[in-house]
Amino acid sequence: MALANAKSQPLTNGRLKLMICDDSNIIRRKIERELQIDRLQVIATAANGKLAVEAFRKEPADVVTMDLTMPEMDGIECVENLVKIKPDVLILVISALSDKATAIEALKKGANGFLCKPFTDRQLTEALEELLRGAGNDD
Amino acid sequence: MMTKVELETFVEGTTHYFATAANQPASVGSPYIVQEGKPAVQEFTGMINIAGKRRGVVYFTASRPMLTVMLMRMGETELTQENMCDLVGEVANTISGNARRDFGKDFMISVPTVVAGEPDKVVTPDNTRSFVIPINWRSHSAQLVVCLE
Repeated sequence: MALANAKSQPLTNGRLKLMICDDSNIIRRKIERELQIDRLQVIATAANGKLAVEAFRKEPADVVTMDLTMPEMDGIECVENLVKIKPDVLILVISALSDKATAIEALKKGANGFLCKPFTDRQLTEALEELLRGAGNDD
Repeated sequence: MMTKVELETFVEGTTHYFATAANQPASVGSPYIVQEGKPAVQEFTGMINIAGKRRGVVYFTASRPMLTVMLMRMGETELTQENMCDLVGEVANTISGNARRDFGKDFMISVPTVVAGEPDKVVTPDNTRSFVIPINWRSHSAQLVVCLE
């Protein structure tokens, strides 16, 4: 997993702001429901890349989970846009596209980690913890 | 025409999906070719169009009772028609996306199209044979249909 270089800016309560972007409502709800990391607080969810960029412009998140195959704007293009707005954003791509080339492309565009669907709750937690550890946001 | 190895990719993907996402393994049977007529279509169907290196369609079709239990096993409390549509699309998308591990990046998948209760809208290419992968999960049965040139 590639790691980020800079720390994200925490909320005033010390928690990091999380945005969930996935065109599946049940996946968005699953990530929100199963999130077992106290220092992450969900501030926005988006059903496609375009909506994610709009929400991110209004309130940039510190951490983003990003699907790739979505209508309107796909995840790769969305990653590029988010990184332009906030270069130190931490992005965990969560996608069914399991070929190496796609993962490498996402990382090159600015993503920091890749979790393949389907995933267990434990795998989600571990992937997010690894993302935060890499950025120096460890407890 | 698909090879046995290519079909095995979809069998493994289906097995992996149920064991991981639905928290309970499924019994995935041997794929068979549809000899006459169209492949089975149940109440909810999630379809993925395939383009690039291969062309065709992959779809997952299941009944409302099965999808209800799947959603419950996934911890979802909103057992709505919308979420059942969402689920069949997500299953088809995940299994098709996972297939890129073997087929490569040029195996291009669309966003899911969902059909609820209108089997005539589930269309496969006329000139290509469909393979059905039977899925038995708990007391329910579903099918993954793979139709690739």
